[in-house]
Amino acid sequence: MIPEFAHYALILALCIALIQGVLPLIGAHQGRREWLILARPAAQTVFLLLATAFVILAWSFYINDFSVLYVAEHSNSQMPVMYRLGAVWGGHEGSLLLWVFLLSTWTILVAQLSKALDEFMVARVIGVLGLVMSGLLLFVITTSNPFERLLPAAQDGRSLNPLLQDPGLVFHPPMLYMGYVGFSVAFAFAIASLLSGRLDAAWARWSRPWTTAAWVFLTLGIALGSWWAYYELGWGGWWFWDPVENASFIPWLVGTALLHSLAVTEKRGGFKSWTVLLAITAFSLSLLGTFLVRSGVLTSVHAFATDPRRGIFILIFLVLVVGSSLILYAWRAPKSSLGGKFSLSSRETFILLGNVFLVVSAGSVLLGTLYPLLIDALHLGKISVGPPYFNSVFVPLMAPLLVLMGIGPWTNWKNSDLLGVIKRLWLAGLVAVLAGIGIPSMMGEFTWLAGLGFLLAFWVIASGCLQIARQAKAGKPTRSFIGMQLAHLGIAVFVIGVTMVGAYQEEKDVRMSAGDTVSVGGYQIQFQGVNVVPGPNYQAMRGTFLLNKNGTIQTMMYPEKRNYFSSTMPMTEAAIDVGLTRDIYVSLGEELPDKSWAVRVYYKPFVDWIWGGCLLMALGGVLAISDRRYRIKLKRQVA
Amino acid sequence: MKSRYKRALIIIAALVVIGVAASLILNALNSNIALFVTPSEVAAGKAPKDQAFRIGGMVKDESVRRDGLTVHFVITDLVKDIPVAYTGILPDLFKEGKGAVIQGRMNANGEFIASEVLAKHDENYMPPEAKHALDQAQKNGSNK
Repeated sequence: MIPEFAHYALILALCIALIQGVLPLIGAHQGRREWLILARPAAQTVFLLLATAFVILAWSFYINDFSVLYVAEHSNSQMPVMYRLGAVWGGHEGSLLLWVFLLSTWTILVAQLSKALDEFMVARVIGVLGLVMSGLLLFVITTSNPFERLLPAAQDGRSLNPLLQDPGLVFHPPMLYMGYVGFSVAFAFAIASLLSGRLDAAWARWSRPWTTAAWVFLTLGIALGSWWAYYELGWGGWWFWDPVENASFIPWLVGTALLHSLAVTEKRGGFKSWTVLLAITAFSLSLLGTFLVRSGVLTSVHAFATDPRRGIFILIFLVLVVGSSLILYAWRAPKSSLGGKFSLSSRETFILLGNVFLVVSAGSVLLGTLYPLLIDALHLGKISVGPPYFNSVFVPLMAPLLVLMGIGPWTNWKNSDLLGVIKRLWLAGLVAVLAGIGIPSMMGEFTWLAGLGFLLAFWVIASGCLQIARQAKAGKPTRSFIGMQLAHLGIAVFVIGVTMVGAYQEEKDVRMSAGDTVSVGGYQIQFQGVNVVPGPNYQAMRGTFLLNKNGTIQTMMYPEKRNYFSSTMPMTEAAIDVGLTRDIYVSLGEELPDKSWAVRVYYKPFVDWIWGGCLLMALGGVLAISDRRYRIKLKRQVA
Repeated sequence: MKSRYKRALIIIAALVVIGVAASLILNALNSNIALFVTPSEVAAGKAPKDQAFRIGGMVKDESVRRDGLTVHFVITDLVKDIPVAYTGILPDLFKEGKGAVIQGRMNANGEFIASEVLAKHDENYMPPEAKHALDQAQKNGSNK
């Protein structure tokens, strides 16, 4: 009975989402207050209904209700409770339920936190979100109902894919989806402002914290996914340019451009049409990402067996959303393209240039991701575009962006003395050059790519430090200033990690018998043997390794090869010794005929800086949102 | 500076960035695309000669043979077989009788030297390229 109730709640939510999507928009257009004020209660009702459905699905997992098809397919009674709950979004249907639930969470947050805003604006924003919600709910109900019954009920479930039985599953998808879905708020603000014709600085100020929040979640979501792939997939890489990774990275790049463009619109009233276009693009790309992941058109590690009808539905929805918003854009977008006047040596110019680089690199990633699909659709054969393509396009596009990043924050709005800025930056330039030459030489091997990486990273760091010192002298810096510096610092830290791993990692696949020693990166790793260890729903072969450095024992490492009872597929659990300046990574391959083992041993210098950098970026975003400016402005509007 | 020139300059700068990116993209696409080929096509000599390419198909039953860290196996579309050698650790889901996608090039002895064996998340999942190869072979077989 209870799952039927949840199914009913979904259908009811669709009806109310339609009301939320249609009436407030018409009301705002015709100036009918009685329709306008429906927006908030409708959004609240949708949220309650979806929360109910979501809790019921989680409950069905908790009590092992295998008469629900989705539960029977993604869980079984031996699975630990934490993973049973994570399994709620471990499959297609549940992850879409999470999508709509998070969309309604964002909607309700907008509804509750923008009481100070103009009520027409809020009604329009909630209305647009309601329309998006209706489309997605229709999708869930017609093609991906998580509450479908399995009668008679299964004795036990099929279990979750062992790869997903990991704490990463509990956090990575919700974070990523919060980011994806969060761009819908920026999108809704943009559409609402096009509808109202009030495309001004106030609009940019309202949508800025929301956009930043979505960007923070997306940053964390992508970083978590990358970290998860690193330790769980047993491959030891942190980014594979897998189409699904790209699907999340493209909106991130456009979202980053949007953040910066919004700053110009807020402070200077410029770039309005560009900003609106970016907001529309960022959300459309999020939808495209959902389509790519969920339609099964891609060959990817994330590709699960899927139903083609779903892909077509999302594709139609995508075309509707993109088409209608672009038509609206063409009709209503302000005609002046650059807004307020500014000279060539101004912050506006630097932000614009940065935007161009971000958008072009997003385009190049998109092209590389879609190219194989296009070729296939045209029956020109099947191809794949590999990581070398992305590396050879992406790196040259990011390098100038980092150069700009060191200069941009020093410039003034409108007009700036570029020569003066360059004079102040000579020290940063010196530090960068020294680091670019010195660090690779210190590491023992100079490569141009490594030199470039350190040069750019230290350029950004030194420029940031100089500016923070200058600002601190001039008075207490604002939180958004510190946030910006922190996020830029995060990029630099990230670049250091990437450069170190790229240039100086050591990877060895070796054959080892008990007692053998292999050395990587100045460490010696001794294989002591393998024994059988039982787990809650699997049995593991656990290897024992002794990590040595120059004769002193550092630690023991225990990589595992697991066999889950409910699955025929073995699972590799790598053992990682984490350190600030290096990770040692050991994973078991297979047992070879002569009783020795294939073993994979990696030395990964500074690899954790990659995710540390992402964490700093996210932290910077959080600080920027908490800036007093947004709250003061709100209060003033109340008064 | 007149605003007309300024706008022109900004547009030129943007065009330069896009132009450079386009040439990078074309160049990179040219040298980094791997063609998918079915085992039958390889047997018919249709595989690229001096370039890495990908084969999709099934790992033939009882074909896996180990020689230290090097694994020899046969990839098949149930019509033609291609012998493959791979040195390194295979992904967890590599199994006889299951679909696989491998990347590499042919050596002089007609053996495919794989540089990469692609892994999948899901044991019930068949790579579309592997399925394509099997379907293709079946279709050609029934035509004859």
